[in-house]
Amino acid sequence: MQQLIYFIQKYKYFLFFLLLQIIGFTLTINNHSYHRSKFISSANAITGGVYEKKSNLRNYLNLKDENQILIEENLALKNKLSKLEYFLDSVYAKTVIDTNSFNQQFKFIDGKISKNEFHKPYNYLTINRGLKHGVEKEMAVINNKGIIGITDAASNSYSRVRSILNRNSKVNARLKSSPYFGSLSWDGKDYNIVQLHDIPREAKINLGDTIMTGGNSTIFPKGILIGTVIDKTNGINIKLFNDMSNLENVYIIKNFHQKEIKALENVNNE
Amino acid sequence: MSRKPFYLAIIFVSLILIQVLVLNNIRFLGYVNPYIYIAFIFVYPYKTNRFPIISLAFLLGLLVDMFADSGGIHAMATALIAYLRPSFFRTFFQKTEVDYEFFQMNQESFGKIFNFVASLTIIHHFVVFLLVNFSFSNLLSVLINTILSAIFSLILYFLGNFILTRKQQ
Repeated sequence: MQQLIYFIQKYKYFLFFLLLQIIGFTLTINNHSYHRSKFISSANAITGGVYEKKSNLRNYLNLKDENQILIEENLALKNKLSKLEYFLDSVYAKTVIDTNSFNQQFKFIDGKISKNEFHKPYNYLTINRGLKHGVEKEMAVINNKGIIGITDAASNSYSRVRSILNRNSKVNARLKSSPYFGSLSWDGKDYNIVQLHDIPREAKINLGDTIMTGGNSTIFPKGILIGTVIDKTNGINIKLFNDMSNLENVYIIKNFHQKEIKALENVNNE
Repeated sequence: MSRKPFYLAIIFVSLILIQVLVLNNIRFLGYVNPYIYIAFIFVYPYKTNRFPIISLAFLLGLLVDMFADSGGIHAMATALIAYLRPSFFRTFFQKTEVDYEFFQMNQESFGKIFNFVASLTIIHHFVVFLLVNFSFSNLLSVLINTILSAIFSLILYFLGNFILTRKQQ
């Protein structure tokens, strides 16, 4: 007993240091695992608030560019709308289902990025929407150009997004021209380029082909744009449509059928 | 004497804010990221009881981690250099615990201070980049990141130190 007390007395700093290192290491490991609630994250009240202030200032300075982007998007949407109106006037009028009032599968929630990063191997973003806006874990985050990531932790008014530029991210993706699908991940090197894996050999892939989300997961709807194939000699490299270093307005997609689909898939597994 | 903890608290908070709001966005040449918040470890008074400095270092790192979404990486690295500080102090300044009371950083020669600060900074940066990478596969890029970022951190630290100490005189 005497020896033990003497030992602790002698190495008390080292033991304390070791304890802290173990706590730190546990937090680091936790941060790398998928489905955990995370309290050391940028989605809590203090860190979220500071980032919100900062992004407010930056948003003001970027107003001009953002307006331009919104105008472009409005233009695209108006074009689509006019097409639909054309259909409504013709024989299709009776078969149109108003998806807004019932049977709606996806709901879009708008949001702003308050913290963005792209230079690490495991990148996370923070957005200014949380539980009180209807944002939960495992919802898709996109913008007008393409995919951005998947939410992985939500507090009351902020959520953390696991960027597509995160070595843990895997997204179901397919070719636009044919229904072959694979999974999309990132090797951690260039923030403009991601990799497509597990695509069948039969799939014919040409340089310049467009890649979009496959709709096989419950998170992303089918047909969200991702990027174009720029290299297929060593793996299939895809250049993202999004410039991940310059993001501001995003949409979060809620899938109302997520629980139903998951419940069904779990039954099949047993 | 009683104003010292107050100054330290201000330094603590302002270092975190500078780190999080300004320096984490630099990414010069793509990946270089200076970490200046460890300056707190160098300016914290030297005492025989080492529990406060190690715990404060851990807390400082943990706060930076919260903002950077990096789990406990900075907390580990910062606690490590806080733990190593006394032995490096002994090696580079050739002083013992008896001298803690009268030690003042700006009365030492620049060479000694530089060796002390540089070695702790490089250790901290190496641990951070190694843990950020989270595997042993890209060791070369870890080393390049460490060296480039350490150079920037050191330039910033000595510039800041120079400006602030001149003002007080």
